[in-house]
Amino acid sequence: MIKVDNLSKSYNGVEVLNISGLEIPKGQSFGLVGNNGAGKTTFFSLLLDLIRPSTGHIINHDIVVSESEAWKPFTAAFIDESFLIGYLTPEEYFYFVGELRNQNKADVDALMQKFDEIFNGEIIGKKKYLRDLSKGNQKKAGIAAALIGNPEVVILDEPFANLDPTTQIRLKQFIKTLAEDKDITVLVSSHDLMHVTEVCERIVVLEKGQVVKDIQTSEATLKELETHFAN
Amino acid sequence: MIQRFLNLEWKQYFRSSYWQKSILLNVFMIFLAIYLIVFFIALGVGLYPLLKKFYPDDDPFIVANGFIFFWFLGDLFVRFFFQKLPVMSVKPLLTLPIKRAKVVNFVLGKSALSFFNFLPLFAIVPFGIMLISNDYQVSTVLIWMLTMLIITLISNFLNFIFESVSAEIELSFLPIIITVGGLFALDNFNIIDLSELFAQAILYISNHPIFIVIPIVILLAAYLFNFKILKKKLYLDNTLKVKTTEAKSTNLEWTKRFGAVAPFMQLDIKLLTRNKRTKSSLWMLAVGLLYGLVFYTQPVYQEMEFLFAFIGIFVTGIFLINFGQFIPAWDSGYYKLLMSQNIQYKDYLRSKHTLMALSVIILFVLSIPYVYFGWKILLAHFAAAIYNVGVNTHVILFGGSFNRKKIALDQKAAFNFQGTGAVQWIIGIPLMIVPMVIFGVVNWLVNFEVAVATLIGIGLTGILLHHKLMNAIVNRYQASKYKMIDAFSQDN
Repeated sequence: MIKVDNLSKSYNGVEVLNISGLEIPKGQSFGLVGNNGAGKTTFFSLLLDLIRPSTGHIINHDIVVSESEAWKPFTAAFIDESFLIGYLTPEEYFYFVGELRNQNKADVDALMQKFDEIFNGEIIGKKKYLRDLSKGNQKKAGIAAALIGNPEVVILDEPFANLDPTTQIRLKQFIKTLAEDKDITVLVSSHDLMHVTEVCERIVVLEKGQVVKDIQTSEATLKELETHFAN
Repeated sequence: MIQRFLNLEWKQYFRSSYWQKSILLNVFMIFLAIYLIVFFIALGVGLYPLLKKFYPDDDPFIVANGFIFFWFLGDLFVRFFFQKLPVMSVKPLLTLPIKRAKVVNFVLGKSALSFFNFLPLFAIVPFGIMLISNDYQVSTVLIWMLTMLIITLISNFLNFIFESVSAEIELSFLPIIITVGGLFALDNFNIIDLSELFAQAILYISNHPIFIVIPIVILLAAYLFNFKILKKKLYLDNTLKVKTTEAKSTNLEWTKRFGAVAPFMQLDIKLLTRNKRTKSSLWMLAVGLLYGLVFYTQPVYQEMEFLFAFIGIFVTGIFLINFGQFIPAWDSGYYKLLMSQNIQYKDYLRSKHTLMALSVIILFVLSIPYVYFGWKILLAHFAAAIYNVGVNTHVILFGGSFNRKKIALDQKAAFNFQGTGAVQWIIGIPLMIVPMVIFGVVNWLVNFEVAVATLIGIGLTGILLHHKLMNAIVNRYQASKYKMIDAFSQDN
């Protein structure tokens, strides 16, 4: 369970995020939508303790993330390419992350087999460094690496952006399966309303740093979101 | 149109965070420029009387022309390492309605305004004035000066041809070294007397102005050749695209014996061997190792025992200094990953420490041949090595916690100040000056043996306190975590 209390972040007096309270129960698949600058990435960065909150805190499974590092073993994320090590091959990168998460090569290989469809033969065994892969393939590798070591909280920022249609559909399927697992909390942000409503049980809309909608996904959700953003 | 281009250039220069952030560096660069200018002016003014003094029987003008060949070679060589043709910056212009030829002309034309082309003028003009004031014919001297200017521009454009050839091959220094070295050798071993040929040609042109068309034609040819290569390259799939290389896997199983730090050591070794910036700084190891020869081969320095410690620190610590000064900025590209992963800061830093300590030991072993210059030198180097392992590894790790600049791994290292901040300038003091002073003072007050023992003693103390020191360093890093993440995610 993730609990947000009185969380805010300002830069030079300008508030970019302010969430007075939010609870994400364990196992929920949680979607975050909002226009550019709404605070999605800021929220994820706070959740990963990459920036310091101006007020309040986030509690991840009883651990205050800005005070202890004990949340790291069960939390994994892919935010952007700065989570990749450009001069490694994808395999080396997976094994490196695996070692940090106490997984041996066999464990990592087994996990990567599940990604076979998504990788589409373009990632493994290509003798290419990550920095030389296309944006889409980099993203695939980053997302796959975020799932090494059975994390209980998985954070993916814009996982569908830059991917080709086939991969988007396959990845959607993959995240859905992940979301069905009641031990794994999945947090996803997206600009694609259709994808996010398909994948997530619950959707929160951010606007200028504030929560303006908090919806349990249903048939009507997509329409509701479309109307909201059309205005 | 040209005005617009120039406007863009101006903004590119002054709005780069690189310029805005590092005042210290700019001050340094300005001083360097002033120093070079003063040096060249002094050369221009002083050359005439100097030649008169050393070659009293010859005409200084003719003697000076004899050196132009070497000047040209030197110019070409220096340019290759320090002058770059800024092609990348034209990428945004490609989709705009500007003719390619215009862009190419602009890039090439701009290169003619480089500092490297102005610098020689600071020597050429004063020398010309000196000639005129010594009753040489004005027209001859003016033509000579013009010829020199054209030669400078020729080497400007020749350099870019070299660079485009070099960019295609693995050992990029090879063409320039072979050409310059080859020409020098031809001349030096009197196979073809190129320097004389050069001198004669320039003298002839000075006296027969019409023949100045020859260097002008050469210049035009060089320009057009550049124009042709550059125009071909202005496509996204050529130069503007970053080259991809086939990944090579390396067996780094031996690192396993270092336990928990093994994954980081493997990462560090790959970092060093797979990136342009780090690869070219590996070359620095050879330079550092041979640095002692500069001093020890001269009897004057044999007497200055306090220098032994300084050279020892430098020779055995060249990797430590080179690599250590940019910890943790080497990992700046993926610092967010490291910070959100399940890692211990301590293991991460211990890997760097282990690498640096290993390098000191290896470099010490490699520097043993210095014993040729005396046992005292070997002894001082040994003490310096212990000091490096015990003290300097920790000092530089501590200094690293103040690093706030991202490192672009895909750029060359020679004369690359990218990522350099105040830390890199200040860290040198505790790193090299302090041990030299300690060694020097004890050596002066007591004797050489005690000075060596003192350095070893301090080094051993550092090794004994390793865990305590590491804990303190880890705390420093933890305290500046957010600042580093923020700084490393900014492009400069």
